[in-house]
Amino acid sequence: MLAWTLYSAFLGVLVLMFVPVPGARWARGVALASSLTGLGIALLEAVKFKPAGELITIQKWAWIPSLGIDFHLAYDGISLTLVLLTGIASVAGILFSWNVEKRPREFFAFYLALIGGVHGVFLSFDLFQLFVFYEIAIIPKYFLIAIWGSTNREFGAMKLALYSFVGSALVLAVMVAAYVLSGSQTFSLPELAKVGFSADFQRWAFPVSFVGFAILAGLWPFHTWAPTGHVAAPTAASMLLAGVVMKLGAYGALRVSMALFPQGLKIWHESIGWLAVAGIVLGALVALAQSDFKFVIGYSSVSHMGFVLLGLASMNIAGLVGAVLQMFSHGILAGLLFGVVGRMVYDRAHTRNLDELKQLNLGRELPFAAATFVLAGCASMGLPGFSGFVAELQVLMGAWKRFPWMAIAAGLGIVVGAAYTLRAMQRAFFAADAGVLAPGTTESAAPHDPWEPISCAEKLGAVSLLAISIAIGLYPAWMMIWIQSAFDGAFFAGLRKVVGW
Amino acid sequence: MVNSAAYLDLAKACLPELALTATSLLVLFLDLVWARELEDTRRRRVLLAAFLSGGALALLTTFLWPFAGIAPGGMWSLGATGLVVKQGLIVMGLLSACLMAPGDWSEHAGEYFAVLALALVGMLCMASAEHLLMIFASVELASLSLYILTALNKGQRESTEAGLKYFLFGGVAAAFLLYGFSLLYGATGEMTLKALGAKLAAGSPDPLVWVAVAMVVAGFGFKVAVVPFHWWAPDVYQGAPAASAALIASGSKVASFWLMLKFMGSGLAGAAGDGSWGHFVSGWMPLLAGVAALSMVMGNIAALGQSSVRRLLAFSAVSHGGYLLLGILAQGEQGAASVVFYSLVYGFSSIGAFGVVSFVENAAGHDRFDAFTGLSKRSPVLAFSLMALLLSLAGVPPLAGFFGKFYLFAAVAAVKPLGWMWLVSIAIAMSCVSLYYYLLVLKQAYVAAPTREDMPPLEIPLCARLTVLFVVVVLFVLGFFPEFLLGRIHHALKLGVL
Repeated sequence: MLAWTLYSAFLGVLVLMFVPVPGARWARGVALASSLTGLGIALLEAVKFKPAGELITIQKWAWIPSLGIDFHLAYDGISLTLVLLTGIASVAGILFSWNVEKRPREFFAFYLALIGGVHGVFLSFDLFQLFVFYEIAIIPKYFLIAIWGSTNREFGAMKLALYSFVGSALVLAVMVAAYVLSGSQTFSLPELAKVGFSADFQRWAFPVSFVGFAILAGLWPFHTWAPTGHVAAPTAASMLLAGVVMKLGAYGALRVSMALFPQGLKIWHESIGWLAVAGIVLGALVALAQSDFKFVIGYSSVSHMGFVLLGLASMNIAGLVGAVLQMFSHGILAGLLFGVVGRMVYDRAHTRNLDELKQLNLGRELPFAAATFVLAGCASMGLPGFSGFVAELQVLMGAWKRFPWMAIAAGLGIVVGAAYTLRAMQRAFFAADAGVLAPGTTESAAPHDPWEPISCAEKLGAVSLLAISIAIGLYPAWMMIWIQSAFDGAFFAGLRKVVGW
Repeated sequence: MVNSAAYLDLAKACLPELALTATSLLVLFLDLVWARELEDTRRRRVLLAAFLSGGALALLTTFLWPFAGIAPGGMWSLGATGLVVKQGLIVMGLLSACLMAPGDWSEHAGEYFAVLALALVGMLCMASAEHLLMIFASVELASLSLYILTALNKGQRESTEAGLKYFLFGGVAAAFLLYGFSLLYGATGEMTLKALGAKLAAGSPDPLVWVAVAMVVAGFGFKVAVVPFHWWAPDVYQGAPAASAALIASGSKVASFWLMLKFMGSGLAGAAGDGSWGHFVSGWMPLLAGVAALSMVMGNIAALGQSSVRRLLAFSAVSHGGYLLLGILAQGEQGAASVVFYSLVYGFSSIGAFGVVSFVENAAGHDRFDAFTGLSKRSPVLAFSLMALLLSLAGVPPLAGFFGKFYLFAAVAAVKPLGWMWLVSIAIAMSCVSLYYYLLVLKQAYVAAPTREDMPPLEIPLCARLTVLFVVVVLFVLGFFPEFLLGRIHHALKLGVL
């Protein structure tokens, strides 16, 4: 049934394309219905899910028999976690883009196509099919940003599209090579994971495919598409980009590169670990220096995704589980942060410059936005009780066992993370000199009087995202059991043998 | 030697060609005795209907009486795969004809359809020819017809210029080809491809053969427009009437690549050499590999700098020619299947792309990027078609172009496992470049706001509109279910004779 998460998204695209729905209301309605269906199905399956570690095949049929390509939808605990995340993020994104009035049908059609592609990647267990969905997600991103974006949108969109395409080109090269060398005329991931490619091949195939995927996960130094893309994107698209699309990269790196080429991982894991740490620390430092509110969040995404990659590179079960948990946690929190900055603040204040926001006294004018940001910021800083804490702690524990120095450096990154979050929070919402302005200038500085109130859709989206983050933070075990069960399953047997846990 | 029964066989083997030749004459005749009197639009419709029914008949014969085997004298062979190619060619011819827009050259409608039919006959013959003379004659029939089709818009300078350039370049190419053929004949004393291949494989390497191989590669290189023989392409793509350009970009490519595949694989089998990494042996393979690499790099990079969409399509055609050479290098069943699949898909996308370009151009008066501005608002269907067509060319799933490219790469990578990976890497890297310029066009269509609010609505004749939609549907269907065509090709290849 989980297949319908992906079908409902594409069905939504078809409806929006071919049925002439009148006006934005209906377009929104169709999009919301489609992603609510997806979320509902994901939740249902999550409730029924018994973490046994085996792949649960949903559908499997011969797609292109001449090349041994199957259409194979299946899931394990990791896929389920990420499908759930995608469902949540897609609904939240629609709630936060309730005010899109420009070409709404096209907007939601591209939006749902992106969601469908993402669901497809998480559920694909045929390498070719996974790649197809991975690429399907690229083009909608381009148009979402280029048409509905802001600051420098055409540049940001093109940069993102080309980075994604280059990443997938690297993956394509390895995919073709792996197909040829496996000698088994199959693209089935579980089959390929069993092949045991020669060490020489893994030596180059692993880094090429890992970097190819990790470009999309914001691996330093290939991360620069992320901040520009996030900033240029409309709110819903940044929520999805940071929330789920970056996870596509990390997921691909785990599901394909690491599972197929574990010996390559063993050779390269330390270099990847250092790149991840560089991402964590440098991303945080750069975020500290930004004057655009959205850039702060954009660089924070790079920093937080560094934890995912560090977890993957740490090569032990704590790190791996932490990495996947961090994918989920960051997906929720990044969505929330971008929602606050892009929708609640920017759409009302029409500026994201922290120095200008200072003047607007947002803490008093938009208390809900301020409160949400404070909570989301706390979660993002890694305060206990929120999901970010558990996830990053797991990653640090994993990293500590493998390379203590990296764990220390990453810990430093967390401190800087607190600094930039507090700095942005203080400037945007609680500037001390806001009230000190001369009486005459206060009015002129707040041109949008009265402020458009925070809508129900936004409140609903924000509260549910926060609730999920807190739920995971307070009781992470249920999700960690899913993830752990997947790592203990047959699919990762090759990785387990090389890494040893 | 050739008795009456054999003549019957021969006639059966040439049924589609015969039907099209008859169509050509019929169209001319109709035009002469009746249609000329009619009002312009009606005349065009009548002639188009005559052409389409003739073409449909030719298509029908390929289904009803499929000939498989080698006709007497070894001049002519037609396997099941060749039949698939022929069917594709006829469909492409029909689609290109539908794109003919009313314009200032419509007084030549009769000649247009007649020559189009002859060009198709030439291409169909290219698909079957097995004999050096037959090959040359059919290549020339197709080429000469295409020169005329290019220059048909006599009133327009660009069209005439393009026709002349195409003719001059094509003439030189024909000379190369003929010279190569005569050297091959001189070296081996054989004229049919099979015998030629056998002789070359048996004999010791002869310097004369190397010269001949180089000549043949140059000659075919001109026909398929690969670097460094591609200079005619941008001008022709830009100057020719859209319907002619569509045929040059589709049918002519498909037929030439199919012929090249046969010629290299069977005629020059003994002179292949090797260009895979670390196994260099001189022959046509390293030569073609170099040409392929140059085409992919030059074509894609030159396309980046274009401001005219037609020229952009021309340079992208050069790069696609480079990709297709990969399939020829792969040889074998996978190689042949990938070349057929990719060239058919590429041909269809090109027809669609030229269709869209011609509508936009008719409205704006030019084909620069800004003619496409705000297309998504003026005609959402057309804009979506353009997106599907260009993304298929760029190789983005779920469109057929993606699978075609993937299959080409997989086919050539599988030869001497990963021996050709160097070429595949170049190809993959360059397809990233291509996404950029395709997106530039789409950006105009979708992102840029129309410069004026009152842009005139696009006037698109019904059959042209249907053509574009048909192509888009084909691209989606073959993208979702490539097995539909691929299965047929593989089945055909299993039957043996190319």
